[in-house]
Amino acid sequence: MNSEKIIEISNLTKKYKKLTAVNQLSLNVYKGDVFGFLGPNGAGKSTTIRMLLTLINPTSGTIKIFNKNLKKNRTEILSQIGAIVEKPDFYLYLTAYKNLEILAKISGIDSSKTKIMEMLELVGLKDRADSKVKTFSHGMKQRLGIAQTLIHDPELIILDEPTTGLDPQGMKEIRDLIIFLSKEKGKTIFLSSHILREIELIASRMIIIDKGKTIVEGVVSELLNANSLSVSFEVDEMEKTMNYITQSKWNEYYKANQNGKLLFEMDKELIPKLTKYLVEKEIGINSVVPIRSLEDYFLKITEEGPV
Amino acid sequence: MRTLIYIELLKIFKKWRTYIGFIAIGILIPLAQWALYAGGMKGYQNMLTRQLGDAFISGGNILNGYLLAFISLQGLYIHFPFLIVLVGGDLFSSEATAGTYRILLTRPISRFKVVTSKFIAGLIYSGALLLWLFLLSFVVSIFLFGEGALMVFISKIYIFASDDVTWRFLMAYGFAYLSLSLICTLAFTFSSLVENAIGPIITSLAIIIVFTILSFLPFEVLDSFRPYFFTTYLDEWRLFFTDPIDIENIIKSAIIIVSHIIALYLITLSLFLKKDILT
Repeated sequence: MNSEKIIEISNLTKKYKKLTAVNQLSLNVYKGDVFGFLGPNGAGKSTTIRMLLTLINPTSGTIKIFNKNLKKNRTEILSQIGAIVEKPDFYLYLTAYKNLEILAKISGIDSSKTKIMEMLELVGLKDRADSKVKTFSHGMKQRLGIAQTLIHDPELIILDEPTTGLDPQGMKEIRDLIIFLSKEKGKTIFLSSHILREIELIASRMIIIDKGKTIVEGVVSELLNANSLSVSFEVDEMEKTMNYITQSKWNEYYKANQNGKLLFEMDKELIPKLTKYLVEKEIGINSVVPIRSLEDYFLKITEEGPV
Repeated sequence: MRTLIYIELLKIFKKWRTYIGFIAIGILIPLAQWALYAGGMKGYQNMLTRQLGDAFISGGNILNGYLLAFISLQGLYIHFPFLIVLVGGDLFSSEATAGTYRILLTRPISRFKVVTSKFIAGLIYSGALLLWLFLLSFVVSIFLFGEGALMVFISKIYIFASDDVTWRFLMAYGFAYLSLSLICTLAFTFSSLVENAIGPIITSLAIIIVFTILSFLPFEVLDSFRPYFFTTYLDEWRLFFTDPIDIENIIKSAIIIVSHIIALYLITLSLFLKKDILT
């Protein structure tokens, strides 16, 4: 992991009269990270992202981006950030081309036709360059949102639920693009998503917040492997299998028979051992599916607190 | 800043509502010109000379381009605020409604520049609308009806020689521009406070209507308050069609209007710099 901090948030708080939307939040995002930002609805994710982009003023706390104080160096910092906040909204009465052109001009970067068309081609909207955005589907707006995020070649990309409303193909395209930007272009990506599988697939590090507070923060693979996980075994001969299980040490890991599948809760490294044991007993195994996922983890810790 | 102003003007002139004012003036002025061309000026002439009927005998034709330009300015000026606030009230609120604050304010530009470019674009729109009125009502009317002495009634009747009129119009339009800029700035301020365009448009119009009524109600009790109503000063352009011209009063009114514009701009700027963008 690169030790250069790109985002450094310390004790960030945002209060609206009696409501505390973000409460003493601290986190670090390092160069090259794909940082997953998770939390249930109302956890304070969007408020945090808006504070990162200076759309909302914090009540207290500090934000440093590129090792510079955001409040004091706002313009300089924003020139190196590309972002989609919630849904991508554009000037509907302007064409896709014109929208990108004015955003490039505002950013003070190359707004030539070549550059704009290159971005539209990247997101598959070259043929719709001259169509007004009001004629675009949600998916097309989302892709145009990605184009406006990348147009000034930012070092840090902040994406707030970028795949919301996309079809599976569109979601995969965006995920592939994020991986491409991270791996091939070396961008740092701050990704908020309600699709937990997405974070699991893409993110290297993550934080889970709830009620404006940090619940857990760390490397995704380590957090997911930190505890035992559930595994579902689908076998040919249920009765025979159960006999072997109850008479062996594996009984202590056995949890339930769920719709014809045997559920075990165990450490990851025990799964091949149990599989081997069943094979040696000549049990036909149709599938072994680890159920432990970020979704379970997320639900568990947001309901019960850190595990 | 020039780029931002250009972009704000692009946004204004790409919306159909921007053209409502231009279309309304583009229909009304030619209609008035046609009506006067076809029907003459007898009614207007009778109204002006009725009070003088016992003392003077009037003859000839007072219809000319100058008179039509004056009638147009006097008649349409009252309705101009309705056309101005349609755009002024939309300057910020349309960004909030459309959610485009999020792409605009996350760009490397200061909020000061955003506010100022919108303010200047609003003033340019107000100027463009007034220029359109000037072109149709003054230039076209003179082309169609020719020049001549201008006879107007402002508390009393004034008659100006043909060569003494053009500069009065130019000054009057200049003053009218200040007044309309104030109306645009008022709508601009309200627009920055809310998230839809209807609120600022209705609020601005309500304030203008209420204050205009209070400015003109002939009750002595209101006399001491009238100087504090900004609407009291909005139609002082008419003073350029009096003789001698009350230049002191015109300068005082212009200063008050400009002070209001600056104050409203600064209030908007101060509020917007601290505003949380939640849309």
